[in-house]
Amino acid sequence: MLGAATKRSAPEDSKGEMADSRGVTATSTEPVTAVAGQPAKTIEARQVNLFYGDFQAVEGVSMTIEPNKVTALIGSSGCGKTTFLRSLNRMHELTPGARVEGGITLDGEDVYAPGVDPVAVRRLIGMVFQQPNPFPTMSIYDNVAAGLNLNAKKVSKAQKDAAVERSLRGAHLWDEVKDRLDKPGAGLSGGQQQRLCIARAIAVEPEVLLMDEPCSALDPVATLAIEDLIGELKNRYTIVIVTHNMQQAARASDVTAFFNIEGTGKPGHLVEVGPTQEIFTKPGKQETEDYVSGRFG
Amino acid sequence: MESATHPTQAGGSLKLDRGTGSLPTWATWAVLGGSAAVVAAILLATGAFTVALTLVFGTVLSAIVLYAWSRAVEGPRRALDRVMTLWIAAAFGLAMIPLFSLIFEVAKRGIPGLSAEFFTSDARGVVGGGGAAHAIVGTLVITAVATVISVPIGIMAAIYLNEYGTGRLRRALTFFVDVMTGIPSIVAGLFAYALFELFLGPGIRLGVMGSLALSVLMIPIVIRSAEEVLKIVPNHLREAAYALGTPKWKVITKIVLPTALAGLVTGVMIAIARIVGETAPLLVTTGVVDSMNTDPFNGRMQNLAVYAYNEYRSPGVMKQASYDKAWAAALTLIAIVMILNVAARLVYRRYKTEIR
Repeated sequence: MLGAATKRSAPEDSKGEMADSRGVTATSTEPVTAVAGQPAKTIEARQVNLFYGDFQAVEGVSMTIEPNKVTALIGSSGCGKTTFLRSLNRMHELTPGARVEGGITLDGEDVYAPGVDPVAVRRLIGMVFQQPNPFPTMSIYDNVAAGLNLNAKKVSKAQKDAAVERSLRGAHLWDEVKDRLDKPGAGLSGGQQQRLCIARAIAVEPEVLLMDEPCSALDPVATLAIEDLIGELKNRYTIVIVTHNMQQAARASDVTAFFNIEGTGKPGHLVEVGPTQEIFTKPGKQETEDYVSGRFG
Repeated sequence: MESATHPTQAGGSLKLDRGTGSLPTWATWAVLGGSAAVVAAILLATGAFTVALTLVFGTVLSAIVLYAWSRAVEGPRRALDRVMTLWIAAAFGLAMIPLFSLIFEVAKRGIPGLSAEFFTSDARGVVGGGGAAHAIVGTLVITAVATVISVPIGIMAAIYLNEYGTGRLRRALTFFVDVMTGIPSIVAGLFAYALFELFLGPGIRLGVMGSLALSVLMIPIVIRSAEEVLKIVPNHLREAAYALGTPKWKVITKIVLPTALAGLVTGVMIAIARIVGETAPLLVTTGVVDSMNTDPFNGRMQNLAVYAYNEYRSPGVMKQASYDKAWAAALTLIAIVMILNVAARLVYRRYKTEIR
């Protein structure tokens, strides 16, 4: 495994082939400008109710997630933000007993329609998790290429090399790891691991990127790096980010949705959604104002 | 240690420092040695000296002396700590005694029987001489076939239980796997015999029948160990793979199994070590034979455990030679098990993945 990876990454190391490698990446060095303005996809949630067995975790969420924008989901713990996020790419149903009611559409297509393969949905809607979770058995290269290797379609080595470099550049990790692509991904720092996970997610070229508290396990410097990255990625993708950190929502998002819960055991619901600026300065509801100004509870 | 240099009176404000001092570092060893010497002397005087009695009474006396001394100097909490440490060490030593005694005894009696002939020739038509090559080969072939049968079934069953099974069916299967681990080995042998007898007639003896009997014993062990290993593969790795749009079967084959590889191999090795020395089920399925047979599908097949049993039960005219060979076979069997265990450890170290 490692031997093969070394071979693959060899061209990037040797000066002689540098030109070649540049040629491949000429378009991918700046994926942002190359595809800027190309619209990503819109997600539309209609009256979404989410259950774990008999317990209703989320009630009646309706919202539109706009393309090429960062939508932040904020709210206190247990209010169903993450559950709602996981329902968008059908990860929710992986939990035994989990159930979805209502409709979620991706550019008008119902992702929960009978006959829709959840695997196909997840290829279009990628996800980054709270804990950086690179595959421990794989090298950095193989981690990024994992989506391409694990999906059914055959990808040539050259395409894979290009995709890995493009994704790592897109995740601002290329310069830090280009000389050790064959080393295990678990050897990176927490912030690097999380960017590796982002690279892994964008390597399969999804339309939407879901992020579940991507910075909560990271230090402030790594957090800033991820936030910068999010700001760039929105030119190419629709981004939904769950965060507990209100400054982060204020800094990194264009639209903010505030979730709340009546009390323990009650389902979480969407209180209001609007431009981030508005939610944080003049929210429509008292509840929201209490939360964003820290007077909650 | 350092508290000993501070007189408690001087540090009156330090309420934590209640101990009046501490024993020197050699205290425990001195007490152990002294107690053993005292007990040995008393036993010698009364003429009842044995090593075992010295160890038993020496330990008891050490515990009493150590407690009294430590309590006087260090206070009751540390005294109790010392005594408990001593008891735990003694219990560990007690548990090790049978193991080392067994290995020592088997080595002592087995080494005389080891010779080039023992490893290279079978026992066909010889009186007193001959070797166990046929038994060694038989053991390896029977075990290898049993492994080939058990490992795929066991690991796939474990994958079902851990990755697919839900609710009642899963619980029922887990229960029956537990029951299977408790099956007496002779029952497994009779099961294999009865099965083959149905098709091939009574009195049938084949190497593969033994393998099947051993599989019955091995499968539940493989399932259990593989299930435990798969359980500790963190769920976030599965979710990460699902989020990339990976079908479930690929999540299992490309993410879960490689991550668990080291543990799976170790589990299989331990299962092999567990069945390689089985005697009873092979006695009724593979039979007893003196000549080399490498074909598990044709004719009787000897193995080390049955060989040792047979050499001891019915020695030929040269009794001591037969006994020596029985012990040598036992030693060879232990060596095989040890090699498997060492191999399992090496494989584990080589392939283990850091799981957080």
